[in-house]
Amino acid sequence: MTAPQPRRPGLYYPTLPATWWLRRPSYFKFMMRELSSVFVAIFLVVLLVQVRRIGQGPEAYAAVLQTLRAPGWILFHVVALGFAIFHSVTWFNLTGVVQVVRVGERQVPPRLVAGASFAAWGAVSLVLLWFFVRG
Amino acid sequence: MATRKTIEPFWWTLFSVGGVVAAFLVPVHLFVHGLAAPLGWIPLGHGSLLALVTQPLVKVYLFVLIALPLYHWAHRFRFILEDVGLHGFRTPIAILSYGAAVLGTVATLWVLWRI
Repeated sequence: MTAPQPRRPGLYYPTLPATWWLRRPSYFKFMMRELSSVFVAIFLVVLLVQVRRIGQGPEAYAAVLQTLRAPGWILFHVVALGFAIFHSVTWFNLTGVVQVVRVGERQVPPRLVAGASFAAWGAVSLVLLWFFVRG
Repeated sequence: MATRKTIEPFWWTLFSVGGVVAAFLVPVHLFVHGLAAPLGWIPLGHGSLLALVTQPLVKVYLFVLIALPLYHWAHRFRFILEDVGLHGFRTPIAILSYGAAVLGTVATLWVLWRI
């Protein structure tokens, strides 16, 4: 275990091995949630490339789709989809806790807030999916 | 303890907004553009896509969809690196993470501008 080098005096640095998050399922879940952002970011870069290729013409767009048909990219997007859904689920579950919604004097139960978020997510996803399927 | 004014709340707000955008919009787009279109499940014609992405409102949508979650990534990535023990490099990590997000934002603007 290498000791961290505190550069800012007055701050407490716990000395933990780099694999601390493998010790408990809850720690692991936390790290996977954080890691989901990496997969989402890579997909967004891919999406930006797709937008650029669309602007460059039909051949360029067909070529990028051809590239993304490779098994490696399909595998990446399957895994990334899992992480993206994991982000959504954990995010909406937290929204219910973090975002306190009140009606008059009473607080709307967090589970109801989370439920509304899930319903909205489903609706938005279905509308977008329908939009693309319709062509 | 003296309170120091930092830029932290700014990054945190972007993190939060980016997280909301990612939660609502990314899974369906990932399915459509990462799997369904390349595999031919949903054939997306180039002509209709081009007509779509040249519309100003769609450009705004794409900017929100692509650029904002990058700040969400930057914030989380920064703390992933710190959480696995790279405490000694807080400042370079922050500059690298947020810098990459800013670079991504500029790239997004450039791509959308040129279409």
